[in-house]
Amino acid sequence: MELIEHLALGFEHAFTLQNLMYAFVGCLLGTLIGVLPGIGPVATIAMLLPATYALPPVAALIALAGIYYGSQYGGSTTAILVNLPGESASVVTTLDGHQMAKQGRGGPALAAAGLGSFFAGCVGTLILAAFAPPLTELAFKFGPAEYFSLMVLGLIGAVVLASGSLLKAICMIFLGLLIGLIGTDVNSGVARYSFDIPELTDGISFIAIAMGIFGYGEIIANLSKPEDERDVSVAAVHHLWPTAKDFRDMTPAVLRGTALGCTLGILPGGGSLLSSFASYTLEKKLPLRPGEKPLGTGNIRGVAGPESANNAGAQTSFIPLLTLGIPGNPVMALMVGAMTIHNIQPGPQVMTSNPDLFWGLIASMWIGNLMLIILNLPLIGIWIKLLTIPYRWLFPAIVLFCAIGVYSTNNNTFDVWMVGLFGIVGYIFHKLDCEPAPLLLGLILGPMMEENLRRALLLSRGDWGVLVTRPISAGLLVAAVLLLIIVLSPTVRSKREEAFVEEG
Amino acid sequence: MKIKRQRDFYSGLMFAVAGAAFAIGATNYNIGDAARMGPGYFPMLLGGILCVLGLVVAAIALRPSGEPNPVGSIAWKPLLLIIGANLVFGILLGGMPTVGLPALGLVVAIYALVVVAAMAGTKFSLKSALVLATVLAIGSYLTFIIGLSLQFQVWPTFISG
Repeated sequence: MELIEHLALGFEHAFTLQNLMYAFVGCLLGTLIGVLPGIGPVATIAMLLPATYALPPVAALIALAGIYYGSQYGGSTTAILVNLPGESASVVTTLDGHQMAKQGRGGPALAAAGLGSFFAGCVGTLILAAFAPPLTELAFKFGPAEYFSLMVLGLIGAVVLASGSLLKAICMIFLGLLIGLIGTDVNSGVARYSFDIPELTDGISFIAIAMGIFGYGEIIANLSKPEDERDVSVAAVHHLWPTAKDFRDMTPAVLRGTALGCTLGILPGGGSLLSSFASYTLEKKLPLRPGEKPLGTGNIRGVAGPESANNAGAQTSFIPLLTLGIPGNPVMALMVGAMTIHNIQPGPQVMTSNPDLFWGLIASMWIGNLMLIILNLPLIGIWIKLLTIPYRWLFPAIVLFCAIGVYSTNNNTFDVWMVGLFGIVGYIFHKLDCEPAPLLLGLILGPMMEENLRRALLLSRGDWGVLVTRPISAGLLVAAVLLLIIVLSPTVRSKREEAFVEEG
Repeated sequence: MKIKRQRDFYSGLMFAVAGAAFAIGATNYNIGDAARMGPGYFPMLLGGILCVLGLVVAAIALRPSGEPNPVGSIAWKPLLLIIGANLVFGILLGGMPTVGLPALGLVVAIYALVVVAAMAGTKFSLKSALVLATVLAIGSYLTFIIGLSLQFQVWPTFISG
């Protein structure tokens, strides 16, 4: 079978001692940093990205995938034990997870999250391997008009998930797209918005922006809160292994979560956040069995379902990235950044031109998941210790890692100034309730959208109708409009607000 | 009149100004037409839309309904100290040729950054900041210089020569 052959090729490349080590180190570092309160996967990856420059491409991507899974799992750990979600996708985990921890069942909650994630990761990997080739075929049929419309859909999808005002999130996308245009225009060679600063002709480093907004901006915002709000009290963990009853309860939730996550992750703009939300809502809707605690009071289903969905979604969100070259969420946007640094243009051609990289990455995702489970469950004691590090020790270290990391990308202090500048911008966004994630996506997609729109309109001799007369493109745009209408419709709107209020 | 939804109002203004700035900046470049887009076409289009959307956000925020969300006070201390720590790091690491400051290298820069950043916390003690800086300096040296062999100037020029 072709699928097996492909996976075998992948494992052959991923299972070298060196790559296994990178996967291991990636998971370890990812968990280490992800477990620190207030640092989610985006900040973790941005911070550790420069450390992977020196590695060969396959190893670098494997390490990054490990970091991603590790930081995500680290986020769940903090969510369960201290009620602090490290990232938005683990917000729902706090609801039941922390309740369980308070009742002395933090161990089974962590185990449920870990085992559920592992199962979901296995299924997600298989789906990725099975769907990537046919989707790549489809991608070759895509012209510039289709790509443009797909990116529109992806951006709308990302906006729908942002909490808070929809209109502001759309504005953030536009701002991101515009900032992404700074630098030399590939078609005319004109340096746009560079103010004659030579460093700006290459555009502003994506890493500097991500670190500034997600690293510095968050730190400043955290420090402005009174101390007692930040202090964390860690729930004790006594035993780890779930009981037989726990297993009976969580298994169907894991299955449902995995199915949901795999489906929603493929959608552009989908991924882990939407998946974990949908799964929690589903678990909440299902009738309780006699004697079962309602959700929100420490039901293991409320941890196992969303955590599985979250991981399945994280896995399948690589599908649009690897097949179409379009990042579906900020983490994937960072992955694009990493790939371009290694001279790999993400997109359908990766599979044919670098099959070892493509399948190696897929195989390494599975390895990453396996690493997580063998790494995290036994080491949980260490992670808990890390949680108790006071913030005043942590934040200078984070500032330092951001500064060193960004300097090392180009060995240029200009990037250090840029992190500082975007740190201020990040704090302004925080003050004005502007969610920064859509901006990051716009930033990556800006030049791609311009290029595809330009080509599409060049081919149609300036007729904008080309976007709606080509069937696939029209379909994607209709989907985007539908998505907007659904979100804006009064009933869904109030539901959406309700959901975000509940989470906060 | 008093604006109740301040966060929305000011963010709307921010978007409008940013959009306008990009759109005006785009006029410096060749705009072209849809069939042959110049470098100014796409930024002009996006900037214009952003400006209009920003004004809409601000206008909606002016409606008397809705819960107030004041911007609140600005945390100047952490803002200035964190950004300051970052600037000090950059200046010490890379030097400042325009004012004749030589590059002092990574170790000095780490100490300066950690001490300045630590002052942003509520309980600052110079001693613990120096301890933290020492730990981080050794750790960074081992990871970045020895482990990843990144090209950094570690010591000041007058020591290393």
